[in-house]
Amino acid sequence: MIDALWGWPPPVLDPAGPYAAKVTTLAWSLFALGVIVTLIVIAALWAAIKGPPRVQAMLGGERAIWIGGVAFPGIVLTALLIWGLTLTATLTDPIEGDEMRIRVTGEMWWFRVQYLDDQGRVIMEDANEIHIPVGQPVLLELESGDVIHSFWVPHLSGKKDMIPGRRTLLLVEADRPGEFGGVCAEYCGAQHALMGFVAVAHEPAAWREWRDARLARLAAADGPIETELDIARTAADNSFDAPADALAIEAERAGAISPLPVPVATGDAPLGRRLFMDVGCAACHRVAGTEANGLAGPDLTHVGSRLTLGAGILPNHLGTMMGWIGDSQSIKPGNRMPSYDMLSAEELEAIALWLEQQK
Amino acid sequence: MGRMHRRARWLPGIFARLAKAAVLTACACISACKDPVQTRREPAEGAAARGLVAIKDAGCGSCHEIPGLDWPKGRLAPSLKGFDDVGLIAGQLPNRPEVLAAFVRNAPLVKPGSTMPPMPITEQEAQDIASYLYGIDHD
Repeated sequence: MIDALWGWPPPVLDPAGPYAAKVTTLAWSLFALGVIVTLIVIAALWAAIKGPPRVQAMLGGERAIWIGGVAFPGIVLTALLIWGLTLTATLTDPIEGDEMRIRVTGEMWWFRVQYLDDQGRVIMEDANEIHIPVGQPVLLELESGDVIHSFWVPHLSGKKDMIPGRRTLLLVEADRPGEFGGVCAEYCGAQHALMGFVAVAHEPAAWREWRDARLARLAAADGPIETELDIARTAADNSFDAPADALAIEAERAGAISPLPVPVATGDAPLGRRLFMDVGCAACHRVAGTEANGLAGPDLTHVGSRLTLGAGILPNHLGTMMGWIGDSQSIKPGNRMPSYDMLSAEELEAIALWLEQQK
Repeated sequence: MGRMHRRARWLPGIFARLAKAAVLTACACISACKDPVQTRREPAEGAAARGLVAIKDAGCGSCHEIPGLDWPKGRLAPSLKGFDDVGLIAGQLPNRPEVLAAFVRNAPLVKPGSTMPPMPITEQEAQDIASYLYGIDHD
């Protein structure tokens, strides 16, 4: 899992871009200054107790208080305040106006993601995941659909509040490819702690490929609504050889989840599609190219290619998808989606399978 | 008065004799029986620790409550509390480590019709998870 808070070095001290680097510099400077002040205080304390009488008298005098207690902190803290405020101001400035724009809307308790074209029109929708190219600043338009949230990817930048009725701006830039965890950083209700997302930075060419594939998928969905889906499943390599390296491990994992050597009678994706429309999913979720057009919940057009489920909290595969649909209230109590435990196992698996095919 | 005195003296004697008989019988029983059959599997420490990590990474908790996993505690599928004392795996399969590992990785293959779908884990991870599950101690 991609976690925004854990790991080593901790994400807050491991910048993956120029904006986060500034914040990291500020953080280390504050830490170093704190250490210096603490050492001065300890030294003064030691001198006041054990030092020669002359030093003791000096430390006990009024002058020491004016210098050490008023002038020194006044100057240091004022300088820090000015430096800190000007530095955080540069996290959203200057905005040239030609940056790629992504609108991220905080919802209880997930992130709605909309990619905008240069006219500000929405060209693709997603949720809980932003994909950006390496080496160029991306302007995030932060909004809220309900209460105050805060957008924070420690690897990429500082925090920025998402305020109902307002649009706040934040620049992010990655200087290396990777998957960076993000969280909501402003308490926003019962499941605030389980409101996460992932920022994925691609090399520019790979990012364009990713975008074009998505746009092609959407263009294909633009025609008449598809009614039958081909779910031909090819035979799987299900060998149980010991993995040789990380790539082999990935391949082995993938081999275990995709098609099985024995056909699974219950893995009926067309049935899943019908159920998705019939049992209520479509009322809240949109899947481009189908009659599902709900806007209350996350857009599921590309849900099968997402890294996580439940807003950055679970790995995404058939099993977790079934678990989430069937009983999301045990996993994330109070979230807006009801548990669909009135469905049978076959029906759950069919819906999950169909959703996993929505790449 | 005298009779009661006599009774009071021989009563403890009876108890002592009974106690002695009981102790002897118990000793005889214990020495006659074998040690209770050891059914509990003791997995390797490292395997179980790796198993818990694999469980977290694969998101098993989405459906199962698993001791040692704080969150999530899914209730869609059976709780695995006390799994060390379970009889048949999934109520159907022989309770052997290799069967459990195979089931964890690819349930529909070993138990056709299983609700549990195949999991994106390696065979080694499946074995580690089996080790962890056998090591659950919830008595």
